[in-house]
Amino acid sequence: MSTRPGNNDFTVKIANVNGTGSASANALLMKTFFRMGIPVVGKNYFPSNIQGLPTWYEIRVSGEGYLARSGRVDVMVAMNAETYQKDLEEVAPGGYLIYDSTWPRAKTLHRDDISVIGIPLAKMCNEHFDTARSRVLMKNVAYVGAIAGLLDLDLDVIRDSLRQTFAAKAHLADANQQAIELGYNYVRENYQCPLPFQAIADNKTSDHVMIDGNTATALGCLYAGATVGAWYPITPSTSVMDAFKGFCEKYRVDPDTGENNYAIIQAEDELAAAGMVLGAGWSGARAFTPTSGPGISLMNEFLGYGYFTEIPAVFIDVQRCGPSTGMPTRTQQADVMSCAYASHGDTRHVLLFPANPEECFYMAVQAFDLAEQLQTPVIMLTDLDIGMNDWMAADFKWDDAYKPSRGKVLGEKELQEIEQFHRYLDSDGDAIPYRTLPGVHPKGAYFTRGSGHNMYGAYTEDAGEYQEIVDRLRRKWETAKCYVPQVEQEYSEQYRTGIIAYGSSDGAVREARDQLHKAGVGTNYLRVKAFPFTDDVQEFLDAHDRIYVVEQNRDAQLHNLLLLETRVSQEKLIPILHYNGLPINAAVITDRISQEVDKVVAA
Amino acid sequence: MSTLCAGCGHDSVTGALVQAAFELDIPPHRMAKLSGIGCSSKTPAYFLRQSHGFNSVHGRMPSVATGANAANGSLSYVGVSGDGDTLSIGMGQFTHAVRRNLNMLYIIENNGVYGLTKGQFSASADLGSKAKKGDANQQPPIDPCQVVLALGGSFAARSFSGDKQQLVPLIKAGLAHRGFAVIDVISPCVTFNDHEGSTKSYKFTRDHYHPAIHADYVPPSQEILAEYDEGSAMPVELHDGSKIVLRKIDEYYDPTDRSAALTQIQQAQTDGEIITGLLYIDESKPEMQEINRMPSVPLATMSYEKLCPGNDKLQALQDRFR
Repeated sequence: MSTRPGNNDFTVKIANVNGTGSASANALLMKTFFRMGIPVVGKNYFPSNIQGLPTWYEIRVSGEGYLARSGRVDVMVAMNAETYQKDLEEVAPGGYLIYDSTWPRAKTLHRDDISVIGIPLAKMCNEHFDTARSRVLMKNVAYVGAIAGLLDLDLDVIRDSLRQTFAAKAHLADANQQAIELGYNYVRENYQCPLPFQAIADNKTSDHVMIDGNTATALGCLYAGATVGAWYPITPSTSVMDAFKGFCEKYRVDPDTGENNYAIIQAEDELAAAGMVLGAGWSGARAFTPTSGPGISLMNEFLGYGYFTEIPAVFIDVQRCGPSTGMPTRTQQADVMSCAYASHGDTRHVLLFPANPEECFYMAVQAFDLAEQLQTPVIMLTDLDIGMNDWMAADFKWDDAYKPSRGKVLGEKELQEIEQFHRYLDSDGDAIPYRTLPGVHPKGAYFTRGSGHNMYGAYTEDAGEYQEIVDRLRRKWETAKCYVPQVEQEYSEQYRTGIIAYGSSDGAVREARDQLHKAGVGTNYLRVKAFPFTDDVQEFLDAHDRIYVVEQNRDAQLHNLLLLETRVSQEKLIPILHYNGLPINAAVITDRISQEVDKVVAA
Repeated sequence: MSTLCAGCGHDSVTGALVQAAFELDIPPHRMAKLSGIGCSSKTPAYFLRQSHGFNSVHGRMPSVATGANAANGSLSYVGVSGDGDTLSIGMGQFTHAVRRNLNMLYIIENNGVYGLTKGQFSASADLGSKAKKGDANQQPPIDPCQVVLALGGSFAARSFSGDKQQLVPLIKAGLAHRGFAVIDVISPCVTFNDHEGSTKSYKFTRDHYHPAIHADYVPPSQEILAEYDEGSAMPVELHDGSKIVLRKIDEYYDPTDRSAALTQIQQAQTDGEIITGLLYIDESKPEMQEINRMPSVPLATMSYEKLCPGNDKLQALQDRFR
């Protein structure tokens, strides 16, 4: 793997204190790379707190377009004295550490193998700006200027970004520009610039956007025609509903009447949010709730209800670090098992695993289609890394010919024509019954109940009648395999080693495969996009001698799900696990697989 | 066919509901009946077979009704719950439905006891009320009407399953009221709470029954024909043009004065009296759909073309992400 930085191949990490306005400075820096045409990805490591705790922002510049964490830091901007020691240790040998030399560092804070760049950021800003708040804010902008000087960023791009951001407040644009120049000029005058690795303008970001997964998910819900969103605020899913609200205010307010063609209900808790979504789905609206692991725990009761009574609903789980409260602002893929079989009794739920914001957009739409086609709750599992970090994504496109798949719903006309309606009859042999919506026609009335019911929708405690229903639900699960998104595969017959991953682990796997390939280790790759597993998954498992399952949880949850739901033997399924709350990087995978391959070769 | 015990108060409430729906001429399929879990929550299975029914999970009916109402506010929603379903496991959802002023009739069939699990005290059991095996309840009761008043609700009524004369007009008023209409119906449990020492028995309820305000429902465009003593009757006009004529039986009771009503209900509770009737009404409070500026066309049936902004707008909006 690449251990040294090069042009358009380096990582800048900024250590700061939350609540100091560093987010906008970091966004400006990211945007500058992006607008210079260089692929870039940003990871925000922030505390579960509003003000005063350490926060880091990591920007990986990758001409090759790698999306995972690089696992190294080439330039550290150490703005937080409290984490200075830790930040110093993290710099890769040969790297650079930038710090505010207004307060000279202690002698102990030193390393021989890196270069330290002192910039009197506070001093300069105190001299040039009047208010306490602007002095704090402008220190952050000034380090962006310093990085621009060190890495040869395009100052025109920065200037344009500032003008755009502060279009309505020219004096702020000027102040920010001044801060940029303070940092830029200082490093240009006092240090060798640019550094041996720099940003070189390219054209790899046209037709792309920088977007986080939660915004993309919200956009998908908007375009899917979702009208009822019920939720209880929880990190890291909150921005899904924030974004949905913003889009609705812009695109869903009737221009003539001022009425809202949507309903967003902030529930009293996640139990209620789930109930609202089922109530709305039962009534025929496309309804969803965004949440995270703790919310899923509370929603289990209604997930089971929705499964048994066959009500369409979309649940979005932006996974965070568990168990319990865990680490709310750190990422994991640890809700796979609890979602797959959520709730008591025999239940199983359709899961979708988008790998990036682009897929969040398209899969959110698919989630609504699937929920209505299959008449069941569908859970889309993203995670904090996808949901809250900015990713580069190909422009979203919308097919204006799209029509929502509403599934088997009998309307007024059909109900008029039929003699009698029975809710849970398998008339078509695909185990999906017909449903009706309240208020449409007297013949459509039926009684929805979570207690035992028979195929006619009536209450039952009869052994045979009950079993008929749960057996049909199992058959419906088989039908679901034909509807859910297929896997993504890279397969060559010459390789006997396979990798399976899902969701946000995809970027690290792709990079690891390139690294392994360069080292002479060829692998095939299958990315699971949904549960139930499609037939391709079994074929892939059958076609390999060893299959590594890469995921971000301690207990190998997808690995276990594969053991339960396919015919694979345990011996050939090997977990590669990363679960410390930071997004996975390629080295975790590359190191493990190359070690094992060496072992095999040595044996 | 009801499967409740013979003599159960809940069956009388069902009868009153059917009569009210019939007299109001609501097409059955335009009404949705929802419930939670418990004896009370079984009852929607026994009436209005051509109405859509939703027997949800324990204590969670208000949330289901909220979602259903958001999707389609054009139906009449009736919730049937019990004292356990509303005041214990469902207390959170109940109070928030009051706060949202969800447009529905919410009936609590209140018997002070858990019937399906055979006789435990519920949260509405009065202090000192005795269980069948003799234990006296040691915790103060939760009175749903006081909860509604304290939370700024818009409609609180109390009645008795044995008083159809009072209950039927109250149900009609609750259905016509735009907002969250709560009727706390004392509905004795003949099997587990109808004995000597219980304050929710038929006998105790009859002995301590104190109607304060009788409410007559008058349909739209119909004149008020009944004769009332001057000063004792006040008509309240509802949003659909119908009226409720509030008739004071207790001349000091004012069902439009929140704090006075609350004081009198509390005094009656202290005196061991069961004060009944339309205890509070505020017709001016906006309900959930109005608060959220929701359209007259139900979201559930709105055409997709109205909901999707289309590709041109998608391309334009992405500029902010570059």
